[in-house]
Amino acid sequence: MSIDTDTARKVAHLARIAVKEEDLPALAGELSAVLAFMEQLNEVDVEGVEPMTSVTPMRLKRREDVVTDGGIQQRILKNAPDAREGFFAVPKVVE
Amino acid sequence: MSGLNELTIAAARDALRTGETTSADLTEACLAAIEGAGALNAFVHKTPEIARERAAAADKRLKAGDAPAMCGIPVGIKDLFCTKGVPSQAASNILKGFKPEYESTVSQQLADAGAVMLGKLNMDEFAMGSSNETSCYGNAVNPWRRGNEDAALTPGGSSGGSASAVAADLCLAATGTDTGGSIRQPAAFVGITGIKPTYGRCSRWGIVAFASSLDQAGPMTKDVRDAAIMLQAMCGHDPKDSTSADIPVPDFEAALTGDIRGKKIGIPREYRMDGMPDEIEKLWADGTAMLKDAGAEIVDISLPHTKYALPAYYVVAPAEASSNLARYDGVRYGHRAKLAQGDGITEMYEKTRAEGFGHEVQRRVMIGTYVLSAGFYDAYYNRARKVRALIKRDFETVFADGVDAILTPATPSAAFGLGEMADADPIAMYLNDVFTVTVNLAGLPGIAVPTGLDRQGLPLGLQLIGRPWEEGDLLNHAYVLERAAGFVSKPAKWW
Repeated sequence: MSIDTDTARKVAHLARIAVKEEDLPALAGELSAVLAFMEQLNEVDVEGVEPMTSVTPMRLKRREDVVTDGGIQQRILKNAPDAREGFFAVPKVVE
Repeated sequence: MSGLNELTIAAARDALRTGETTSADLTEACLAAIEGAGALNAFVHKTPEIARERAAAADKRLKAGDAPAMCGIPVGIKDLFCTKGVPSQAASNILKGFKPEYESTVSQQLADAGAVMLGKLNMDEFAMGSSNETSCYGNAVNPWRRGNEDAALTPGGSSGGSASAVAADLCLAATGTDTGGSIRQPAAFVGITGIKPTYGRCSRWGIVAFASSLDQAGPMTKDVRDAAIMLQAMCGHDPKDSTSADIPVPDFEAALTGDIRGKKIGIPREYRMDGMPDEIEKLWADGTAMLKDAGAEIVDISLPHTKYALPAYYVVAPAEASSNLARYDGVRYGHRAKLAQGDGITEMYEKTRAEGFGHEVQRRVMIGTYVLSAGFYDAYYNRARKVRALIKRDFETVFADGVDAILTPATPSAAFGLGEMADADPIAMYLNDVFTVTVNLAGLPGIAVPTGLDRQGLPLGLQLIGRPWEEGDLLNHAYVLERAAGFVSKPAKWW
């Protein structure tokens, strides 16, 4: 499966990574090469095989559904590039 | 005492307990070695104040007789581990300036055991790479060189800074993480020991996530005994990681009996790759003979799906990465792009991620996005997960047949030159993981042990793969191999 420029543009957008229009053909080429490598997987007979969900056959632990932490707003906001009045600030989302 | 930074953990522990040396002295020796090793670019954030403070506290504990094995031991921490108040960037520009408000479980356990953090170590960006060339800090450099050449070689990746620092005696040991071989390949490239434990042994909490079903932390050390000692301090159940195994951790050092008589060692025929250099071939044969001489039974085994491990890995790992790395959106931490007039939140995401992620990370995130996207999920992602189940089944079959450990080469070659792979396609770089990646896919423990030098004088390593949760037995096999190989070479100091 080869990736064309349009698909590369679509994938970049889905991944929310800005790619310049002139860089799309090279990106498409790189992605195609990696996908071609993955095509080998089609040689394998996977009939009746369940896809692996967990490498260790153990149930995920469950914890008590209780509050264990909180009141650390300042610490949570400390690394934010833009925090105002106790909130993360972002460009306007709703018109 | 001179060369305190050259000590093993075991030797330093004994000297600390007898009062022959102090953690303060060990720490100063390492800090001085780090200061003199800028050319290796291994330590990217130094923390001498924290180190001196912890060394003083460790010396108090040692005096009081309350000293676990790691107490007072100076170590380096891979930049992937979140360390409270200390930059933790995963070698990425997107986490520039990020200082976690919390400490990873593994680094906390080491601190609780009295270990002394010297600083943060270089690595490939988000642990994606096999040569430490994708780091935002620039390349880490291998202390080893080819013969008398002065070309800079890669220390491997992604834990390249950890490997370089331990091999150059800048610290007694270091933490690494391994998603496809990122502990074992660099360990082999610099002539040290590195173990990736069974998936679930070490808590992943507070370690920047790459591919959550594959990531495991582990120690990188000067020998096998040190690996046992440090792994002991790093692992154990953690309620904060739901995949962390709630099973007892045995005494790994006590498992080093040196006796493997009657053990069955599997030699997988599928690891004999076309075009394998004869030096690697010989290293492997020599290692096999050493284990046989130690009384083990050698058996030929088949792991028929080996060939499909790399392509399966390069579907599963990017898929998980694309999901894990979605959190870098310029909102909660790290870098945010400067926006133009009229830019909305989508432009903010897209520009931030284009500026913050390096090329290889962008490529893997996009591959992952593609294989998870509607219409391709079954063809790529689900198929890869099925192949992964078959790869795991291959191992289960040979273990059920009584095999105790599997011996393979650790890497397809010795360390290569920095920049040498720049024009190669990404697949050529991915081939570095060909012997190690199966172990991550199957969740097994694996260890790289240095056993020889190539004809240019560079270290080469072998890998042993163990049964799940049998790290003690695996370490014992590695211990036998280490003693038989008698690898004692060190890089000549040029830095």
